[in-house]
Amino acid sequence: MKKRFLAAVAVTATAVVALAGCASGTQAGSGGSVKTLTHAQALTAKSADDFGGMAGLEAAAKKEGHLNVITLPPSWANYGKIIAGFEKKYPEIKINSENPDGSSADEVAAAKSQKGQSTAPDVFDLGTAVMNQNLDLLAPYQVQNWSKVQDDWKDSTDSKWIYDYTGLMSIGYDTKKFPKGIKKLDDLLDPQFKNAVAIKGDPTQANEALSAVTMAALQSGGKVDDIQPGIDFFQKLKQAGNYLGTLPTQATVAQGETPVVIQWSFNNVGWGPAAGSAGNPNWKTVVLPGTGFGSYYNQAINVDAPNPAAARLWEEYLYSPEVQNLYLAAGAYPAMLPAMKKDGTVDKAVLQKVGDAPSDFVQLDADNAAKASALLTAKWAAAIG
Amino acid sequence: MTALAQNRGVGVQTPRRRGARPSAGWIGLVPFTVYALLFLGVPAVLAIASGFFTENGAVTLANFSTFADPTTQKDIVGSIGLSAVTAVGGAIAGAVICYALLAVKPDGWLRTTVDAGSSVLAQFGGVMLAFAFIATMGNTGLLYAILNGIFGAGAFSSPLYTVPGLVPVYLFFQIPLMVLTFMPAMEALKPAWGEAVATLGGTRWTYWRRVGIPVLAPAFFGCAILLFANSFSSFATAAALLSQGGLIALDIKRASTSETVLGHANEAGSLALAMVVVMIVLMSVYGVLQRRAARWGDR
Repeated sequence: MKKRFLAAVAVTATAVVALAGCASGTQAGSGGSVKTLTHAQALTAKSADDFGGMAGLEAAAKKEGHLNVITLPPSWANYGKIIAGFEKKYPEIKINSENPDGSSADEVAAAKSQKGQSTAPDVFDLGTAVMNQNLDLLAPYQVQNWSKVQDDWKDSTDSKWIYDYTGLMSIGYDTKKFPKGIKKLDDLLDPQFKNAVAIKGDPTQANEALSAVTMAALQSGGKVDDIQPGIDFFQKLKQAGNYLGTLPTQATVAQGETPVVIQWSFNNVGWGPAAGSAGNPNWKTVVLPGTGFGSYYNQAINVDAPNPAAARLWEEYLYSPEVQNLYLAAGAYPAMLPAMKKDGTVDKAVLQKVGDAPSDFVQLDADNAAKASALLTAKWAAAIG
Repeated sequence: MTALAQNRGVGVQTPRRRGARPSAGWIGLVPFTVYALLFLGVPAVLAIASGFFTENGAVTLANFSTFADPTTQKDIVGSIGLSAVTAVGGAIAGAVICYALLAVKPDGWLRTTVDAGSSVLAQFGGVMLAFAFIATMGNTGLLYAILNGIFGAGAFSSPLYTVPGLVPVYLFFQIPLMVLTFMPAMEALKPAWGEAVATLGGTRWTYWRRVGIPVLAPAFFGCAILLFANSFSSFATAAALLSQGGLIALDIKRASTSETVLGHANEAGSLALAMVVVMIVLMSVYGVLQRRAARWGDR
C-alpha cells in the first residue's frame, strides 16, 4: 500500500513538472524580428539577440511572469529599491525573494536541491570562492553592457559570470556613544569600546566576517597572502574585552546593542541615516586609510533556471546605468563605474556624496582565499574562544 | 523531539490484551507512519548518510576526522553540558511548580493562567527570545544599564553571549515545557493514596518516598529527556547570541553553509550522526531507568 501511495506521488509530481514545463515552453509570437523561443532554447540563450533583441527578451520574460531571486536582503547594497524598481518597470513579472539572509553557499544548495522545480533560484549573487567551486551551475550569458565591464572583471572565455559590485571593509560606529571617533584600527582596543565591536558572524563561515579579519590584517602589517596579523588583532580585541559576540543586524545597530560593526561599506551606509526611521541616525561609516579591502560579488544565471527569460532580463536590468547608480548610492561600487564615469551616465551627485572608489584596494584571489580558510580553521576558534 | 513528544504523560501504561483478535486498528496508524517516515525518517537517513560520502559521491570515512578537531570536541561537550544543565534545572523547577499547582483548584484562575502561559512560553524561542534577553540582560539591556549606571560604565559585562549564558535563556522555555508535560502525571496521584499511607501510620515523607516518587519517576525521567532533546536540538536562539559558534548545532550549520571554508559540507552529516548517537545513548539509559522504576513501583 505504501509503495502504491509513493508511486502515485511520483506520478503526480512528474505530471506537475511536465505541465509546468509546457506552460513556460509556449511563447507568444509577436512579429517583427522578435523570436519566440521554447523553454529549452531560452535556457541556452547567450544574449538578448537570441530573443531577437530586448523587446523579444522582455516579451518572453513577461510571458513567464515570475522571477526567483535568492539571498538579497533589502538593506544590502540597495536591493530593496532595486527589486522594487524591477517590479515597477515590469509589473507583469512577480519577484519571489527567497531566503534573504542566506549565504552564497545557501544559493548553491537551493539550486541543487530544488533543481527542476518552479521554486529554484533563477539568478545568483555569489561570492567568488563559492562560485569557483560551482561553475557547472552557471549558464553562459552576455548582457548588452558586457563590454562596459573591464575584461579581468568578467568570465571572458565562457561568459558565465561578471563582477557586479563591491563594498570596502569599513567600520561603522555610533557617534553619540563614541564622539572621539575612530582614526585607526588600534583605536578599537581602547577601553571605551568595551563589549562594543562586532563582526558579521564566524569567519570560518561567512565571507563578510573573513573580510573583516583580512582588513584587520592589512591594517596591522599583514598581506592578503597571510592574514595571521588579523587573527592576532581579534585575539587582542577579545582579551581587551572589546569584542562582542552578537551577530549585528540593522535592528541591533538601531537599538544600540552593537555600537561598532566592521562590515561592508554598503551595509554600514545602508543601516545608518540612509535607512530613515529603520536606521541609526548617528551611524557613521569609516574606511580606514591605507590599502582598502574589497570583494566583488558576481552575477550569474542558474543553468536550470525555471524562468530563463526573466533571469536574463533581470541581468540586463542590473547592468543598466540606472541600477548601477542605485548600488553606488548604497556605498557599493558597481563594476560599470569606470565606464559610466567615462560616458557620463554616472549619477554625479551620488558619486560626490559616496566618494570615488579607491584605485588601490585589494581582493583575495583563489590561492589567498584557500590559505586564509586553512589558517582560520586552525587558529580562529582558539583566538576568539 | 517529535518521537519523544509521544512520551508526554508517560507513566500511564496500557494493559496488554491477551488473546484479543487481530484488529484493523493499525490502519489508523498509517497516516502518521507515512508522515513520520517522509518528514522525519527520510531526511534523517539522508542527512546521516551524507556523512559517509565525499561531495563527489564516493564513499569515505574522512568526514569523521572533524571529531579530532578540538573545536568540534569542545562544542560537543558544550552542547551536552548546556542540555544537561537546562534539562535537570528545568525538570526540577518545573516539577516543583507542578507540585505547587496541585494545591490550587484545577479550574481556578491561577491554574488556567499557568497552563496557558506554559503553552505559550514552551514554544517561545528563536530570534524573538534572543531579543527579549538582549533587551533585559544584554550589554545595553535594562539590567546592565542599571548596574553600569550605578557602578560606572563598563563595570559589568553581560555573560549572555557565551554558552553558559544560554542557561537562563533556555530555562525560559524548558521550565514551561516541563510544567506542560509533567502536570498530567502529577495529577494522576490519587489523594486516596496519601490517605491510605496516613491511615497506616506513615508520614508525609513516607508517602513521597514509598508512593509519590516511585509512581512519578518514569514520567519525570521521560520529561527530563524530552527537555534534553529540546535543548540539544535548539538552534536559532543560540545562533543569534553566539555568532562564533560553540554548540554542535551551530557547527552543523557552519559545515553545511560555509562560504569561506569550502569542501566540508558533508561533515555536517557526521556531526548529525554524533547528535543521534548521543540521543540513542540517552534513550537507552532512560529505558534501563524506566524498567528499574517500574519494578520499584511494583513493590
